[in-house]
Amino acid sequence: MWQNLPLFPDSASTLAGQVDGIYLFSVAIALIFSALIAVMVITLAIKYRRRHPDQIGSEEHPPEILELVWSVVPLGIMLVMFFWGARVFVTARTVPANAVEYHAVAKRWMWKFQHPSGAREINELHVPVGQTIVMKMTSEDVIHDFFVPAFRTKYDIVPGRYTTVWFQATKVGEYHLFCAEYCGAEHSRMGGRVVVMSPRDYEEWLTHGNAGVAPAASGAELFGTLACNTCHKSDSAARAPKLDGAYGTQVTMVDGTTAKFDDDYIRESILNPQAKVVSGFQPIMPTFKGQISEDQLLQLITYVKSLSGPGK
Amino acid sequence: MSSTDHTGDLSAAHAGAAHAALPRLEHHFDSYEQQRETASLGMWLFIGQEMLFFGGLFTAYIIFRHLFPDAFAAASHHLDIRLGSFNTVVLIGSSLTMALAVRAAQLGRQKVCGWFLIATMVLGVTFLGVKAIEYHAKYVENHIPGVTQFHWEENFHGKQIPQNQARIFYGLYFAMTGLHALHMIVGIGILLWLLYWVRRGRFTPDNYNYVEGVGLYWHFVDIIWIFLFPLLYLIGRH
Amino acid sequence: MSTASSAPARNYLNSSYGLWSWLTTKDHKRIGILYAITITVFFAIGGLMATLIRLELATPAGDLLQPDTYNRVFTMHGILMVFFFLVPSIPATLGNFLLPLMLGAKDVAFPKLNLASWYCLVAGGALTLWALIHGGVDTGWTFYTPYSSSYSNTWVNVTGIGVFIAGFSSILTGVNFIATIHRMRAPGMTWFRMPLFVWAHYATALIQVLGTPVIAITLLLLVLERTFHIGIFDPTLGGDPVLFQHLFWFYSHPAVYIMILPSMGVVSEIIAAFTRKRVFGYRFIAFSSLGIAILGFLVWGHHLFVAGISTYSALVFSVLSMLVAVPSAIKVFNWSATLYKASVSWETPMLYALGFIGLFTIGGLTGVMLATLGIDLHVTDTYFVIAHFHYVMVGGAIMGYLGGLHFWWPKITGRMYPVFWSKLAALLVFVGFNLTFFPQFILGYMGMPRRYHAYPPEFQVLNVMSSAGATVLAVGYMLPLIYLAWSMRYGRKAPENPWGAVGLEWETSSPPPPENFVHTPVVTGEAYDYTKKVYAFPTQEAELV
Repeated sequence: MWQNLPLFPDSASTLAGQVDGIYLFSVAIALIFSALIAVMVITLAIKYRRRHPDQIGSEEHPPEILELVWSVVPLGIMLVMFFWGARVFVTARTVPANAVEYHAVAKRWMWKFQHPSGAREINELHVPVGQTIVMKMTSEDVIHDFFVPAFRTKYDIVPGRYTTVWFQATKVGEYHLFCAEYCGAEHSRMGGRVVVMSPRDYEEWLTHGNAGVAPAASGAELFGTLACNTCHKSDSAARAPKLDGAYGTQVTMVDGTTAKFDDDYIRESILNPQAKVVSGFQPIMPTFKGQISEDQLLQLITYVKSLSGPGK
Repeated sequence: MSSTDHTGDLSAAHAGAAHAALPRLEHHFDSYEQQRETASLGMWLFIGQEMLFFGGLFTAYIIFRHLFPDAFAAASHHLDIRLGSFNTVVLIGSSLTMALAVRAAQLGRQKVCGWFLIATMVLGVTFLGVKAIEYHAKYVENHIPGVTQFHWEENFHGKQIPQNQARIFYGLYFAMTGLHALHMIVGIGILLWLLYWVRRGRFTPDNYNYVEGVGLYWHFVDIIWIFLFPLLYLIGRH
Repeated sequence: MSTASSAPARNYLNSSYGLWSWLTTKDHKRIGILYAITITVFFAIGGLMATLIRLELATPAGDLLQPDTYNRVFTMHGILMVFFFLVPSIPATLGNFLLPLMLGAKDVAFPKLNLASWYCLVAGGALTLWALIHGGVDTGWTFYTPYSSSYSNTWVNVTGIGVFIAGFSSILTGVNFIATIHRMRAPGMTWFRMPLFVWAHYATALIQVLGTPVIAITLLLLVLERTFHIGIFDPTLGGDPVLFQHLFWFYSHPAVYIMILPSMGVVSEIIAAFTRKRVFGYRFIAFSSLGIAILGFLVWGHHLFVAGISTYSALVFSVLSMLVAVPSAIKVFNWSATLYKASVSWETPMLYALGFIGLFTIGGLTGVMLATLGIDLHVTDTYFVIAHFHYVMVGGAIMGYLGGLHFWWPKITGRMYPVFWSKLAALLVFVGFNLTFFPQFILGYMGMPRRYHAYPPEFQVLNVMSSAGATVLAVGYMLPLIYLAWSMRYGRKAPENPWGAVGLEWETSSPPPPENFVHTPVVTGEAYDYTKKVYAFPTQEAELV
């Protein structure tokens, strides 16, 4: 029976060791404090037990300076935990520059993934070991949460916006993928697995029946079929802002405010074009709400982003 | 401990002796003064929780106004500012009559107090009546989310305002004014009850804490409106 | 001393008879009893739900209940236990019964309001139970949008209104307690002569008055969103579902302190009484209660570290959350240090108090771990969180409640409980609790998410351990129910002050007369003074001379 009792999860990402480090440190602190208090309470309670029914406690107390000690010492330890924990968290929340973008669309109760090569899969995610991957995520319905315990990271997936989580797998193997935010009836079955493969196996997996059109290419195609290109042209006489090189810049709007040209801005501009109109243009763009899916939105965003990528 | 704090006062120990002579003193208090101070503190605490209650709505309002400034301005222009201003004056007037009612009770002039209570109620009902007219106008215009098919298409300073953003404004408008109106209705109910006791001569200059407490409540409800009026009616008007 | 314990004196229990006299009572002691009965019913139903959860999780397959049913069961467990048991538990029962006694008052400031508060709880509870019978609600006790506002097909509105109404029970109780503590203290009962139980309830009442209305309006907005689709929480209408989480936790984090602070007050009383000495660091304990209440309003964001708030806000909320540990640590160390050169008696209430210190220490330390961003990233929304908050809310709050119930049982009922059985129950609760919830820390770090009705097979052993522990815990909870009921009729008659404790409540008869004290007490010294008499009861004749 005891071989069925694992006490520690697999460690399969660069982050895992860091999270385990701060965790084991704080477990040690917790054990020391619990033991200290338990020993103190039990020893004192036995040593000073009541000897006869009318005995009252001594008026004597330990020195007052103790109050200062047990306020300051825990505070100091907690500051250490705070800074250490904050460092790990900031690492986990800062996407490395070399990360390759994957897409996830969560819905009740399944996961849809798309690889940069265009390969699609459901409830399974194949990734190459050693590659830094950033998962750009959104939801079609309620809040979900992408959680891979072996990677020691998770993040909520909120409908109507994009959130990200990044990881770099370090060990070949299969790991649990869970939805960690309650999402209704089949919440506990909204899981799957993450298969970490050697880069060679991954390439092979991609070429064997998992081909697909890269999201940027699908996006480019959509850009034509939805007739975006009739206005968003590269020439200067266009009726709509030029998209080349726009991603990541600050854009000034007609009302004088500025906004960052990022994923959420592109999303808003497609679904709700009148919300933030770029200075110098008329609010003539129609909404595409209800006409395109979350997957297509992600493809369009990837395409628009690619217009500002290296070599452009 | 300050000397005004009754409970720290040793001489109060025998105050119970006089209890029988004070017909409106509840059994667990030692003096009218203690009874009045306690009631007043209780009312202030209740108003404190009311502020937090409306605070949740104000928070939501601030966030969405920040997100959708144009929609809020546009939707606000569809409220009838004349009726809103009229109602503001009516409510301020009702606060005055309420304050006069409390003063009359304090002086022991029960009859005057009763008339001022009636005046306060009349003003309160006027407010609600005007509010009903405004609501009805919104109903006709299909501007009530979830009740009729919410409808909004309009440009505002050349900008098309998304229907959903206007919907959120009206959602908050009805939540805020609706809850305020509910407080008014409850307040008028309490005033009726108070009027009954005033007519039966219950309150004396020593013991008018019910009138005072209801007065505090009424002023609080007015103050909420003083915040609601500019937030909802006056956005983007210069 | 005015009352003789031998005569069958008139007391609050025998001063009038009949159901009607109870349903219309304005006596704070009777209202405390009404609350005790009510919350016991809710605890029993919530406990039944917990039993179903632990049975289901004994196997990984999810084969006992349908997923839909399971979701309703854990939701109802949470709602009943949090809003209808833990929040009212100590304040509404022991607090109601004891505050006026401890302050030397005849009643709370607003007796009618006190009764109305109880009716609010009953009405809210009845509505929630109505929803339960007609199919329940499946949103989790946290009611997260947009699941609750747009997707759930269950009785969200009815339950929301039920909780809303029960919330006013809590608010009005808080108003009553603050007014009572400010205005109803006996002559000479200065702020720093008040028992620590009173200080803890003062801090609790502040949270009740300032926190509860926020969840009330939040639930009302949820109902409006569900009914009229006003759009503020609905992303498809431009709203923000995370706003709901902010508003929800602005109350629901401080709510944890509504549950734990009164329990800390109970522990302070028990430790003073069973060491027969003044608690070490009286002022530190008193102010740490206020400190916890105030800091508690500034930490709600730690529930949202991975929910989409900025990294910067996460850092701020992390450090603020850790600060709460300082006043908590101060309390634990002060209680422990009180044992030094004390006269420690190992009576049942003391066992619960010592058990509280142990469980709360673990609950508090794991709370600091959850506030640590790098750890929270991995363990939030897992069983680690479940284990942590059960250590605080069940290990902490219920240990305090049971300890207090035993400590004041002789005062409340005039009867002693059976010693052997009560000590056995205390042991079973402590052991059973640890067996149930300690494995869940490990499960959480392993990565088992919360609210899972089926799970991967490697989590089974730990889940079986947890379920086995729950049976021990269940026996531990049922025993007091049986022997306390038994003792009301057959228990040994309790004297005025069975523990030789110091406190105004021990200066009146057991059970107390309806007006609490025959003569208004006068306080001349500090609380917990075992060396001299600090309470006097001047008769009116003496006063006049």
